Amino acid sequence: MKASGTVFKYGDNVDTDVIIPARYLNSSDPKELAQHCMEDIDKEFVHKVKAGDLIVADKNFGCGSSREHAPIAIKAAGVSCVIAETFARIFYRNAINIGLPIIECKEASKGIADGDEVEVDFDSGIITNKTKGTTFQGQAFPEFMQKIIRAEGLVNYINQKQKEEAGESR
Amino acid sequence: MGMTMTQKILAAAAGLPEVKAGQLIEADLDLVLGNDITTPVAIHEMDKFATDGVFHKDKIALVMDHFVPNKDIKSAQHCKCVREFACRHEISNYFDVGEMGIEHALLPEKGLTVAGDVIIGADSHTCTYGALGAFSTGVGSTDMAAGMATGKAWFKVPSAIKFNIVGKPSKWVSGKDVILHIIGMIGVDGALYKSMEFTGDGIKNLSMDDRFTIANMAIEAGGKNGIFPVDEIAAAYLKGHSKREYKVYEADEDAEYDETYTIDLSELKPTVAFPHLPENTKTIDEVGDVAIDQVVIGSCTNGRLDDLRIAAKILKGKKVAKGIRCIVIPATQRIYLEAMEEGLLRTFVEAGAVVSAPTCGPCLGGYMGILAEGERCVSTTNRNFVGRMGHVESEVYLASPAVAAASAITGKISAPEE
Repeated sequence: MKASGTVFKYGDNVDTDVIIPARYLNSSDPKELAQHCMEDIDKEFVHKVKAGDLIVADKNFGCGSSREHAPIAIKAAGVSCVIAETFARIFYRNAINIGLPIIECKEASKGIADGDEVEVDFDSGIITNKTKGTTFQGQAFPEFMQKIIRAEGLVNYINQKQKEEAGESR
Repeated sequence: MGMTMTQKILAAAAGLPEVKAGQLIEADLDLVLGNDITTPVAIHEMDKFATDGVFHKDKIALVMDHFVPNKDIKSAQHCKCVREFACRHEISNYFDVGEMGIEHALLPEKGLTVAGDVIIGADSHTCTYGALGAFSTGVGSTDMAAGMATGKAWFKVPSAIKFNIVGKPSKWVSGKDVILHIIGMIGVDGALYKSMEFTGDGIKNLSMDDRFTIANMAIEAGGKNGIFPVDEIAAAYLKGHSKREYKVYEADEDAEYDETYTIDLSELKPTVAFPHLPENTKTIDEVGDVAIDQVVIGSCTNGRLDDLRIAAKILKGKKVAKGIRCIVIPATQRIYLEAMEEGLLRTFVEAGAVVSAPTCGPCLGGYMGILAEGERCVSTTNRNFVGRMGHVESEVYLASPAVAAASAITGKISAPEE
């Protein structure tokens, strides 16, 4: 599986309040949330973003509130992958649980600029900056998390697991 | 090798003799929490499960606190959705208007969180219950849904940072100053993925309300959880609030910590976090002249009785400066009543402050105190991110109830002595 698109680049500590401000949390509709994605950090984002584009950031992406609305808004806006030096832990869990691909890679976060064309190979974890002609090795997920990602989210994973366990006990 | 306090609780909940940092485990949950913003998303996820129903109707707490009494039609729809879910599944700990309070003040008060528990909540400040010696951490709505359905959650066992607390704080230094000092020192990702274990002789000089404030803001340093040992003060609180049996875990003497810091409470000064990160701290003597427009005293961080008592002590017989809006929000109905009986509410109203029903409202820019462009607020809440309390060009300064109350009187960020 691969993702490819134009990069929106941000700095350290992008918090979930700027990803999706609380004034829009009276909705849980992904399409509606997507219309306000990144609004308080980058008003142009929703006008420019195309399906497949990527977000690249520095340290502690997604810090603050546990609102799952943040990765939901990013995914529904069409973003194919978020790359950061580090992620805040609740955002990290939420992204995996809803099936938004994320990769931790310090070198990529430093070596990718706003507007670069980037391709990510999820199987190998290789990130290619097509604009600059450079490649980076992203960190692979532990196997357990890969299973959740392959199942396209935690709920499907639990359903599969329960089905398997029921099969075994028969 | 020994285990930290957090690791011991997680090992027991996973049914394992020992666990190590980095290990992936599945733990049994004692409580799953959600609010009016995060629960509707979880309910939507619940519908996708192959099995129907919840794992335990008494081990789920649903608290309508963020946008209630409903601020608009959409919020009302969300609450209706949760109310119907709670009714359908006979959730015993469903708290709506009239019974509700800010979740992280309410649940300990109701005795629903005790030492030794493993708790997840779809709210980042779920780490508050670590003050009582529980492992508790914030998650998203999908984790909440999985927790409600199965009674289990997966965790990566965290390593820990130890904070050795010594000394006695001076008169106007409270739990808020302690945690702001720590976040200023280690940064907003200083404890990323880790436990923050508070220990040491100085803990006896911190009230339960101070400890709730400190554990509450562990997330603002990126922490997975913050946790305190169960001493006499915690044991007295637990016995006074809960009929449930609690279990005391202690860190092994040879437990390994990534780092150890010593915090001497006697050296701390009232501390303020400047925009737009909780780590941008200055002590009160470094603040300078910062004129303000609004003061908020409340939230899951500082809306408890001790907080209101300190604020009232400073506001008693004084007036909120002309042109300053001072909003006081007792965190629960019980705190509201106690503050009324102690005369604190009268003090606030006579000083020219407004007293609200319990709500998270202004803290996250929901309602009840939104800031306009260019406005500044001194707030006892927990986050001062860009646009957190309103306009993207507004500013939030995080401080203790003492500093907030003093600032309301002078109209600029001020030391309680002033």
